[in-house]
Amino acid sequence: MSTHRIAGKGRFDHGGPVRFTFDGKRYEGRRGDTIASALLAHGVHLMGRSFKYHRPRGPVCAGTEEPNALVETSRGKGRFEPNTRATAQELREGLEVRSQNRIGSLAFDLQAVNDLVHPLFSAGFYYKTFMWPRSFWDRVYEPVIRRAAGLGRAPDAPDPDRYAHRNLHTELLVIGAGPAGLAAALAAARAGAEVTLVDEHAEMGGALLSDPDVVIDGKPAWDWLAAALAELDRLGVRRLTRTTAIGYYHQNFVGLCQKLTDHLDEPPEGAPRERMWHVRAVRVILAQGALEKPLVFDGNDRPGVMLAGAAQTYLNRYGVLVGDTPAIVTSHDSAYHAAFDLADAGAKVAAIVDVRAAPGEGVLVEARRRGIEVLTSHTVTGTNGRLRVKSLRVAPVSGGRVGAARTIACDCVLMCGGWTPSLHLFSHTKGTLKWDEALDAFLPDRSAEECHIAGAGRGLWGYGAALADGAEIGVTAARALGLDAEAAAPVVERDRTGTGETFKELPTDGDAGRKRAFVDFQNDVTAKDIRLAVKEGMRSIEHVKRYTTNGMATDQGKMSNVNGLMIASDAVGKAPPQVGLTTFRPPYTPTTFGAFAGYHRGRHFEVTRRTPIDPWAEAHGAAFEPVSLWRRAWYFPKAGEDMDAAVARECAATRGSVGIFDASTLGKIEVQGPDAVEFMNRMYTNPWTKLGIGRARYGLLLGEDGYIRDDGVIGRLGEDLFHVTTTTGGAARVLNMMEDYIQTEWPDLKVWLTSTTEQWATVALNGPNARRVLEPLVEGQDLSAEAFPHMSVAECTVAGFPARLFRISFTGELGFEINVPARHGLALWEALMKEGERYDICPYGTETMHVLRAEKGFIIVGQDTDGTVTPDDAGLSWAIGKKKADFVGMRSLRRPDLVAEGRKQLVGLMTEDGDVKLDEGAQVVADPEQALPMKMIGHVTSSYYSAALGRHFAMALVEGGRDLEGRDVFVPTPEGIRRATVTTTAFYDPAGERLKV
Amino acid sequence: MTRFSGMAVLKNALNGHKGWREQWPDSEPKKEYDVIIVGAGAHGLGAAYYLAQEHGITDVAVIDKGWLGGGNTGRNTTIIRSNYLYDESARMYDHALDLWEGLSQELNYNVMFSRRGVMMLAHNVHDVQSFQRHVHSNRLNGVDNRWLTPEEAKRFCPPLNISRDARYPVMGAALQMRAGTARHDAVAWGYARAAAARGVDIIQNCPVLAVRRGPDGAVEGVDTGKGFIRAKKVAISAAGHTSVVMQSADVRMPLESYPLQALVSEPVKPCFPCVVMSNAVHAYMSQSDKGELVIGSGTDQYVSYSQRGGLPLIEHTLAAICEVFPIFTRMRMLRKWGGIVDVTPDRSAIVGKTPVKGLYVNCGWGTGGFKATPGAAHTLAHTVARDEPHPINAPFTLERFTTGRLIDEAAAAAVAH
Repeated sequence: MSTHRIAGKGRFDHGGPVRFTFDGKRYEGRRGDTIASALLAHGVHLMGRSFKYHRPRGPVCAGTEEPNALVETSRGKGRFEPNTRATAQELREGLEVRSQNRIGSLAFDLQAVNDLVHPLFSAGFYYKTFMWPRSFWDRVYEPVIRRAAGLGRAPDAPDPDRYAHRNLHTELLVIGAGPAGLAAALAAARAGAEVTLVDEHAEMGGALLSDPDVVIDGKPAWDWLAAALAELDRLGVRRLTRTTAIGYYHQNFVGLCQKLTDHLDEPPEGAPRERMWHVRAVRVILAQGALEKPLVFDGNDRPGVMLAGAAQTYLNRYGVLVGDTPAIVTSHDSAYHAAFDLADAGAKVAAIVDVRAAPGEGVLVEARRRGIEVLTSHTVTGTNGRLRVKSLRVAPVSGGRVGAARTIACDCVLMCGGWTPSLHLFSHTKGTLKWDEALDAFLPDRSAEECHIAGAGRGLWGYGAALADGAEIGVTAARALGLDAEAAAPVVERDRTGTGETFKELPTDGDAGRKRAFVDFQNDVTAKDIRLAVKEGMRSIEHVKRYTTNGMATDQGKMSNVNGLMIASDAVGKAPPQVGLTTFRPPYTPTTFGAFAGYHRGRHFEVTRRTPIDPWAEAHGAAFEPVSLWRRAWYFPKAGEDMDAAVARECAATRGSVGIFDASTLGKIEVQGPDAVEFMNRMYTNPWTKLGIGRARYGLLLGEDGYIRDDGVIGRLGEDLFHVTTTTGGAARVLNMMEDYIQTEWPDLKVWLTSTTEQWATVALNGPNARRVLEPLVEGQDLSAEAFPHMSVAECTVAGFPARLFRISFTGELGFEINVPARHGLALWEALMKEGERYDICPYGTETMHVLRAEKGFIIVGQDTDGTVTPDDAGLSWAIGKKKADFVGMRSLRRPDLVAEGRKQLVGLMTEDGDVKLDEGAQVVADPEQALPMKMIGHVTSSYYSAALGRHFAMALVEGGRDLEGRDVFVPTPEGIRRATVTTTAFYDPAGERLKV
Repeated sequence: MTRFSGMAVLKNALNGHKGWREQWPDSEPKKEYDVIIVGAGAHGLGAAYYLAQEHGITDVAVIDKGWLGGGNTGRNTTIIRSNYLYDESARMYDHALDLWEGLSQELNYNVMFSRRGVMMLAHNVHDVQSFQRHVHSNRLNGVDNRWLTPEEAKRFCPPLNISRDARYPVMGAALQMRAGTARHDAVAWGYARAAAARGVDIIQNCPVLAVRRGPDGAVEGVDTGKGFIRAKKVAISAAGHTSVVMQSADVRMPLESYPLQALVSEPVKPCFPCVVMSNAVHAYMSQSDKGELVIGSGTDQYVSYSQRGGLPLIEHTLAAICEVFPIFTRMRMLRKWGGIVDVTPDRSAIVGKTPVKGLYVNCGWGTGGFKATPGAAHTLAHTVARDEPHPINAPFTLERFTTGRLIDEAAAAAVAH
């Protein structure tokens, strides 16, 4: 039964119960409730346990800044989550809520033993102990500490929900739909601006939702609010609720996280749970308002102690009275309004304890009228009550001395230490702050972005001021957008405003060193922790934060930063602006990983690129391997074959008759223009001037450092046209590198680059019967050895499709590569398969391709080279144009270390026993008997079984390798030492006879 | 220096913590020092400590434009490992690891070095080849590193997704058991306290404006926000801002500075026992003693000195985390931040002498400087004290970019540090 729900109060319909459980006990709430408001309606304040001391805690706030009331929630398998703010999570039917960070029950947590020995756990205690014996830290102490630490439990099953992303360009983004944000959006939209208005709460209105008695333009606040929202809708303003601006990035780029389904009883099937908006706004108005500060006094953390503004919100917005006998402790007039509202709703206010000597006259009159006792110049020296506050001790302060204390019974304590503007988003932009002496608060100063701040966010208190400022700022923003606009500030009656003072921890009696006045509730940081940190030399506020963990809790310091600063600056002996605040970090409130990941999950984590021939490979049982973003057919196993058997068969079939290979993933770049030859000469090591039209050449690309970056066959199709191929993984990198040179080094060259990787499908046909398979399908080109010799290229027709036909070979066999427009790739493949039937044509995958090229000693860039290999190291000196004036990397090739003796060179390795395979990556040594660390002279880069050679063979980079030919080296492995002989890399058909057919 | 111990904690618990004193004084600069170190990160503070402790040079100032430990020391993901490919790197990082193991006791400051194992995931054939090359090379260098099957990797780190259907399936992993994490702030504080106790001045909030050179070209001192400070030996250890400081001494450095981002989740109970790095999908993660998942992101694509990065990179990083560890999708990011990393062309550091007499440099650690801290500090101190490099940092010269004798960890492995 809801003992504390007040009839006639609250924003929402009091009908229709919503059922939920908390620690297994059933409760009913109302639609629109948060978990916290529903529990408070049942008189439940105890909702959590603190991080370190496991002290019992209740909600302090009524919003997302809550540090204490964190709970675990779940909605079936995979939808469990820890650390949810009970003050922000809306109720839904069947919601399961469980308290966290406890052993035993919430009311009796065994870990609360920490609280009994709390003097041991002072700031930074763990840096000073647990060092003996040396091996005990990560074996004994750390595991114990880790088990005690952490808040809720981690999820343990994959999340079935979806998350979305969306991009938005808008003229004006208004963040915060309280009075200032609403007035700003209205003013700008009336002037014709295209406006997006966002608010983190379930409904718009901000503080107006907690202050229904204010009268605006002659209307009760909530009537004005309804009319304002209706007008915004008529004006076409995009309004997003449950939407938090999490971060403010360069050039008015703002990330918004919108919660879509967590409040719904039954989310629509497949609906995304959250949506991350990427907003680029011409102008941004920050109207986030201000945060109420707690007061720092002994026992300010007991359940039942909360912010006065929160109690006011629970009453007016949710219809919940947080206690029957509230005591108010304040240093600001605003808490008086909370007291009045609670008193008017039937609470018996125990007292208003004001730290100040002279509260505002208006609120004093009102208090007197209601018969509420006001104690000015008083402090709180402690509270009582284990699971719920029962009383507080108050004492007069005079001339800095604390007088005799008396005890006031109460069932809740409502505190207010004044207000601090919400500076988070502004600070994300690296905007500077200034200290306002009168307000004792930091205010936004200079911005690095096109943004404006309106309302309480820049220290303006009260509805009249916020609405007027919002309207003014809205007009300013509209004018900045080039629109005519006039401000019209609403008239406010029965405004609620006031002033206050900012205090460090409140004066107290007895031994101050024994008092526990909390600053960061969640992390259990007390005022004396902060003073101890300063005493120990932590004089920077960043050091204080890191040493004490003040401000590092999940409220991101919203409750603790300013109080921590006031205490630290007092301890350091400097004014607050000289000490400064710690940096505000995104996100504004903790945001799910899922929202950031968005659509990029599972198969969509990154796109999978597939060639036009991929469906054929899949249908024919290919095994695939990922190669950069592509998936490529790895091998085509027949029934009962493993990879080794399939590859041996594919190799033999290709060398024996003909094999067919999908080479479509090779990077392809069209290099075109009057300076195409010059560009190619500068880019690649090879000479290109004399390469005839219709001829092709192996091209080698270096980095500035002289090391091999990429390679590929390049065909010349015209005076000013080259068909460049790159490695599969290097395609984008090479194009970027080329563009970089064209745009920054050689802007004078008339040459254009176009990526054509996906425009061409490429099929390689290799083997002694390759010509016989291909010839019947070709029109427009004589394929005879005389008319179309090795390293030729021609444009012709293959299987009826326009084609660029290369005669090249990556296998050492007679070979052709046929490029056709991608849409014809599959048809070409099928035509070749059909034509090849009589030659037992064999499709092969990347593994066979690797073996066949290795048998010829052809390198794979990135496997046989590693970014430290020169052309000479790889045995490719022949690919350098000796007479060329320059090319990328040429100068570096002359550096002392690149011409030094003893560089690693690519050689072959033959194990003593041909059945023994060397591991790729295994290290080569000259002396296998030496002790560790061994002197290593190289490593194995490629290693395969060769059907043609009938044995295993390998390539390796070995110091001075070419001089070691015929000598033995050793490869130590965990299984034993392998002896191998150094050979050349021409393992198969060294004379190249098989190409000359 | 008040000695830290469990007994001291107990004693102070009983006397209201009256016995603790400041861990280091906030010094004002003298007119002259034997050695000035620019940059009060853990590298610079550590170098000052080793100068005093091992070389008897105590007339040392460590100068920083901000608060000590406020740069990359306090911004990294605290991963410590030494399974690097090249002999030079393996020796440097293994030297650091040796020092890490006794650092808490040496400094009398618990830096919480936690040997929980660092596992690097291979997601394609190229990764497998590359990591196996590391494993083989490390074995012969006496560096701990071993190869795990996907199933073994899953046993070591239960949240790991080893489904063959994953976009980038796990094909194996390299595990260094001796590797782990440490508490980054404590490293800076521990070195600061130990250095200060040996007479080193730590001067904070004092920007170094320029390195001043005399008529003979040798170093004379540094111009700072608090005036000129004389010293015949100046060591620059200023991470992302090294190139700017070195420029003032007319030394152009082969460095590019990039923002690098990292983030933590809300704290949860222990659920992630080790450190996992997945270079192919760009995800690095461990869990702090406080319970936060600590996640490393990549560098932004553009050079910058702004200590904040963009949103897209964080989105990609968290997508990668959700891909490799799908149970964490509902976890929430608590905060993210950026640091400026100084990157050399070969992704290895520069530690040693410079063409300017009396000027030394320690920089270019890129995204991996934290793990090197004791090793870098120790060898830098040796270099400054003796005016010649220690054998371990001897290969990490500035000249190698002229001669071409690179230590190309990036190119070798495509593994981020």
